[in-house]
Amino acid sequence: MLSPYYYQLLVIASINVIMALSLNLVTGCAGQLSLGHAAFMGIGAYTAGILTAVYDLPFAVALVAGGAVAALFGLLVGIPTLRLKGDYLAIATLGFGEIIRVAILNMKITGGPFGLRGISKHTNLTIAACAAVLVYWTMTRLMNSRFGRALVAIREDEVAAVAMGIDATRHKVLAFVIGAGWAGIAGGLFAHWFRYLHPSSFAFGTSVEILSMVVLGGMGSLEGSVLGAVVLTYAPEFLRGVSPFVSEHRMLFYGALLVVMMLVRPQGLVGEGTTGLRGSKLRKLKVFERFQIGKARHGLAATRKKSGNLKDSTDTCTVKEQVVDLAIGSGAGSKGAGVAGQVSGGGDEHAGA
Amino acid sequence: MLQQVVNGLTLGSSYALIALGYTMVYGVLRLINFAHGEIYMAGAFIGLMASQVAGLPFAVAMLTAMAGAAVVGVIVERIAYRPLRKAPRLAVLISAIGMSIFLRNLALALMGPQTRAFPIPFEVKQLHVGKLRISSFDVLILLTSVGLMIGLHFLVQKTKIGKAMRAVAEDKETASLMGISVNRIIAFTFAIGSALAAAAGVLIGMNFNAVDPSMGMMPGLKGFTAAVLGGVGSIPGAMLGGLLLGMAEVMGVALLRSEWRDAIAFGILALVLLVKPSGILGRNLQEKV
Repeated sequence: MLSPYYYQLLVIASINVIMALSLNLVTGCAGQLSLGHAAFMGIGAYTAGILTAVYDLPFAVALVAGGAVAALFGLLVGIPTLRLKGDYLAIATLGFGEIIRVAILNMKITGGPFGLRGISKHTNLTIAACAAVLVYWTMTRLMNSRFGRALVAIREDEVAAVAMGIDATRHKVLAFVIGAGWAGIAGGLFAHWFRYLHPSSFAFGTSVEILSMVVLGGMGSLEGSVLGAVVLTYAPEFLRGVSPFVSEHRMLFYGALLVVMMLVRPQGLVGEGTTGLRGSKLRKLKVFERFQIGKARHGLAATRKKSGNLKDSTDTCTVKEQVVDLAIGSGAGSKGAGVAGQVSGGGDEHAGA
Repeated sequence: MLQQVVNGLTLGSSYALIALGYTMVYGVLRLINFAHGEIYMAGAFIGLMASQVAGLPFAVAMLTAMAGAAVVGVIVERIAYRPLRKAPRLAVLISAIGMSIFLRNLALALMGPQTRAFPIPFEVKQLHVGKLRISSFDVLILLTSVGLMIGLHFLVQKTKIGKAMRAVAEDKETASLMGISVNRIIAFTFAIGSALAAAAGVLIGMNFNAVDPSMGMMPGLKGFTAAVLGGVGSIPGAMLGGLLLGMAEVMGVALLRSEWRDAIAFGILALVLLVKPSGILGRNLQEKV
């Protein structure tokens, strides 16, 4: 049998895997940097905790309710903020995250600064691990769907995606809501494992920790998020034995990790290399070619819908390559020929700082 | 009520100093320097060391803090931002956030988590104007801030290097074709912005008699809010935004409970971003395709 120490570590790792996967959907797959993800975990944790501790509802109901309430808040926060881009979005999500934390801190039913006590222990390793596997499975299905491909298209080039008829805001909000909902479920598991909640568990630092997991593993990569979550859950414990300094100041190393990863290996440990971080193949093309690719992609999706002949298991990567081949075959072969050069204008500017 | 206006002005002018750094960096790099709040914190610590440990007089300690923070700012730019000049925005943004966390925790490791006292090194007199109570330190904060802002305005509008800064903000490529060393101007911009943040750090540190490693986070966010409120990229906008935010916060605390103080600033931020993201004096930036 596992010792209680490793048992707890595995439970936390499972919860972190869910958190990383849910943030990965928003930040990795859709390319929308969220810095308030821990707040949704907090909402889920407090909702579920209050439902079982105060209202005596069954654990399963509380867990689902926690996820639903978090998703609802995801919708409320997402609709206004996701119209913003890049830096503004990051700050806005950070701001909303802090507002939610301050609100929890000032409410009566949450116990305010004293925290919420009296939650019974319902989470065990089986439940946590099953939840993690379930989330992973839905993520793989989601990313291989039309929805997932639309998210990737938005991440790679929002203007081109919109030009192809993808409703960018709707897709981004939906991704945000799903991510928030899963974070809420992770929060419910968290609440019924530790049996005590305090607002500081869901502050900015936690959001950064989750972001570090996603970035370390590789933004947009599901395996990466799992790996990142497991590694960063275990690392402080491991380092405690090696060097207490490193373990004590792990945030110092998380900060350095984020910088170094961006400088050296922006695609993460197991990332696919097309995460919109490293000037992907698509990004290097001129506007006209991107337009052609978009047209081809749209056509591809349409064909798929009509005939259903194409295998559904093709992952985003190969679809993209097919599309690039298609596009280069069908007219964007004019690379270097007059048209592309004239239309493009500031095409390279897009990626520039 | 008038007392609140005075408090709002003092608080607001320090926010304005922080906001200027954000706005200037955004002007040249189109990047929100997440580490700016930490540079403010570094400035406060350097000022504290210079004043308490080295025993320097106030003005010298202030200048030391500004110079020290300028160096930190330039190093941050060199390490975390310059190698990513051609990288996509998301990569630079994450690097900036990483830098901010790194600096905060570096200060934590070096200085310890405790809050240090930062006494004002000279006698503070209370001025009574009618019912109004104004401390001489409030006056000092206001004068220093206004002086620095006028100096900055002169630097940007009247000097050659200011002209170069404006040119880089307008169009980096063309500026470099005109013989401007873009990297040097960007580094200079970071230095100036960081020095202003350090001045704010020392003033606020003394005003509240407290300096600690995480002190940069909230003022950093509020400085950013002020910059957005006034219009990111606009220098007069940052000054205006800072003063407005300071006023709004002081008034809000007077009307509501003080626990909601930070939520007020973020509420304003959210509102501005939703209604008019370009801010009061900002230009609307079109996305280039």
